Amino acid sequence: MSATLKAYARRLFPQVAALAVILLMVSLAFPGFFKLEIQNGRLYGSLIDILNRGAPVALLAIGMTVVIATKGIDLSVGAVMAICGAVAAACITSGYGLAATLAITLGTGVLCGLWNGLLVAVLDIQPIIATLVLMVAGRGIAQLVTEGAILTFNDPGLIFIGSGSFLGLPMPVVIWLVFGLAVALVVRRTALGMLIEALGVNRRAAMLSGVSTGVLLIAAYMLSGLCAAIAGIIAAADIRGADANNAGLWLELDAILAVVVGGTSLLGGRFSIAASLIGALIIQAINTGILLSGFPPEFNLIIKAAIIVLILVIQSPRAQSAFVWFSRPRATAAGKAGEEAK
Amino acid sequence: MQSASSYVLSAVGIDKVFPGARALDRVDFSLARGEVHALLGENGAGKSTLVKCLTGAYRRDGGRILLDGGEVDPRDTLEAQKLGIGTVYQEVNLLANLTVAENLFLGRQPRRFGLVDAREMNRRARALLSEYDLDIDVTAGLSAYSVAVQQVVAIARAVDLSGKVLILDEPTASLDTHEVALLFRIVRRLKERGLGIVFITHFLEQVYEISDRITVLRNGQLVGTRETAALPRRDLIAMMLGRELVGEVGSGNRHAAPGGDVRYRFRGFGRKGHIRPFDLDVRTGEVVGIAGLLGSGRTETAEILFGAERADSGTAEADGRPLDLSSPRAAIREKFGFCPEDRKVDGIIGDLSVRENIALALQARRGWARPLSRGEQDRLADHYIRALDIRTSDREKPIRLLSGGNQQKAILARWLATNPDFLILDEPTRGIDVGAHAEIIRLIEELCEKGMSLIVISSELEELVAYSSRVLVLRDRAHVAELAGERVTTGAIVEAIAASDGRAGT
Repeated sequence: MSATLKAYARRLFPQVAALAVILLMVSLAFPGFFKLEIQNGRLYGSLIDILNRGAPVALLAIGMTVVIATKGIDLSVGAVMAICGAVAAACITSGYGLAATLAITLGTGVLCGLWNGLLVAVLDIQPIIATLVLMVAGRGIAQLVTEGAILTFNDPGLIFIGSGSFLGLPMPVVIWLVFGLAVALVVRRTALGMLIEALGVNRRAAMLSGVSTGVLLIAAYMLSGLCAAIAGIIAAADIRGADANNAGLWLELDAILAVVVGGTSLLGGRFSIAASLIGALIIQAINTGILLSGFPPEFNLIIKAAIIVLILVIQSPRAQSAFVWFSRPRATAAGKAGEEAK
Repeated sequence: MQSASSYVLSAVGIDKVFPGARALDRVDFSLARGEVHALLGENGAGKSTLVKCLTGAYRRDGGRILLDGGEVDPRDTLEAQKLGIGTVYQEVNLLANLTVAENLFLGRQPRRFGLVDAREMNRRARALLSEYDLDIDVTAGLSAYSVAVQQVVAIARAVDLSGKVLILDEPTASLDTHEVALLFRIVRRLKERGLGIVFITHFLEQVYEISDRITVLRNGQLVGTRETAALPRRDLIAMMLGRELVGEVGSGNRHAAPGGDVRYRFRGFGRKGHIRPFDLDVRTGEVVGIAGLLGSGRTETAEILFGAERADSGTAEADGRPLDLSSPRAAIREKFGFCPEDRKVDGIIGDLSVRENIALALQARRGWARPLSRGEQDRLADHYIRALDIRTSDREKPIRLLSGGNQQKAILARWLATNPDFLILDEPTRGIDVGAHAEIIRLIEELCEKGMSLIVISSELEELVAYSSRVLVLRDRAHVAELAGERVTTGAIVEAIAASDGRAGT
């Protein structure tokens, strides 16, 4: 069991290290960075801000990780966020209860995922094209739902999801933590993780081994749709309105980036939801850090890109083989010591 | 003992270490001018690694390479080529979409005014190939020609570029007898020109036909170098396997079909465009062989039996009960298993570990909600790694790093773990070495004795004859003959296949 834990730690080490370095660098530029305080039973501070602001991308990254593990990609999640935000606002303003609103909204997200999944699994369309359809059409659908306006609401229950708190943590943080943990547990405690990885590495061989590749593919996109729906509700609840044009705009790219920074290959196969979540936090930490450090905002995107390139270079197989090469004498000595210990 | 100067290439004490494995352990190798030197060993013995060290594709971790008596250190294949060491691989490493001439002169096209002088290039290409008695249209795309011709083009390019040492890595794997003869004619001519030729193959007859000396590797170590003429075949196999092989192929023909009733009964089973409807009966504990040329419908038969392609006609029954073979998943539920022909594309899940690859089919049948615990997977993997002698440093190694024979055994283990009643093996011994070959044949016989029903597709007729009680012969995507009992001989199979020539000739 400890071997599994060790493997897990080794897997997450680059991401955790990158996050730590970024947080340290920000704290140098902005001394009060690590300060946390409690007001009205709720934690406040820059760290909490990062967790809170990072919620939508973190949620999208959960579904995106699974989709990418199947050798797919889901470009539609930003648009699905907009659709679901619009649906939530429309439902709540037309008098549905909170439970019904949430059920309808989550159902809408799952339905969007089903559409993507059917295109990919049944019609065998390349995922990047299949999900592009909904990415383009999605904002139109959202505008139809909101009838072109920003649909505002003031239902306290729905607003609570965006800005309330639970056990001292903002609701969005609680939601993505709990949901991420739940998905990771379901995937790893059942055989789903292994079957998805098999499907992602070699779909035909997995199919010939009896894996229901079609069902798994569709389920992956449905999970991604569900994640986008939750993210859409949070984004709408946060601003107390549904903005069909801007909700979730470009977030699909941040979600893909979070997965890649998390070390899951776009070629499919091995994946780690925890690493993707840390990846999402890295992206948000960079965003928040640049703002706090007082750089002129024009630099933000460039600095962000530079940091991400650096992280990707560190993770690249070539850089890692160079790293192995440099540390080889030590590694073999350690290996021998380990063997002797046995 | 020849003097050192007569060697065009010698390698002394070559070491190569991969993470977790010593691929080459102080291997010596020397190649004389004008000799064909066969490099032999089981899969994973280190043949390819040695060649890659010699050609600079791998960096060796120790040892020296001498070319014409001077020390060289090729850093990549390009540099090795410039030094005079050329390589031709089994999968022809040329560009199928370019013309023959372009392939011959790629990267060094004759130029005029800065542009490629196509006419000059084609003229030179024709001249070059005429040395090989090859009179083909050099402006045609390479893919228009047979693998044998492509092979010759690759050799012509390699010799033209290098000219001292030619390494042929399994050049005959996908050639027929006639094409092998053509290739060997060329090899002999190059030998007369004084080239040193390294020849890697699995076909022992060819080794005896063409080589002057033989070097055998085993588990990364040099077993020895011998004169071919002074090394009996049996001794050579003993060198390669490190043990006395109990008969190269099985213990003899069983021929007699096991008694008992027909267990599996297929009637009018077929699919349009894939395989014409056929009837097939299989008894408990019986091996039914399938023979036919490439493209005759062998793999199509396997795929339709396993549900990889859905049958659009006919019925399938087991013990009188209808079978659902609408998908691989359904077939697996009926306790079917299928080892596909193309391991890399259809079999292995390359990035996953040996353990996961072995557990996959069983896990898929149990469903996602009932996972095999890690402990169960470990036990399963360890059991089959031991039982089938799968050579891997540990069960967590990604399966793509294993050699072909060991990958094949792992795929077999994947199916054995599901405890199937009906197992389809498509070319189970293709591209694997003598040792693994014999083990897999022994395994087929064992499974059969345990009461499993097997369908084995193979192009090795001796092998089919050894373990099949009946052989089906396929031609033009139809089952055309069934040989049973005394009639199961290689001669009869060849005759049944050849009977088609009347039609094929028209």
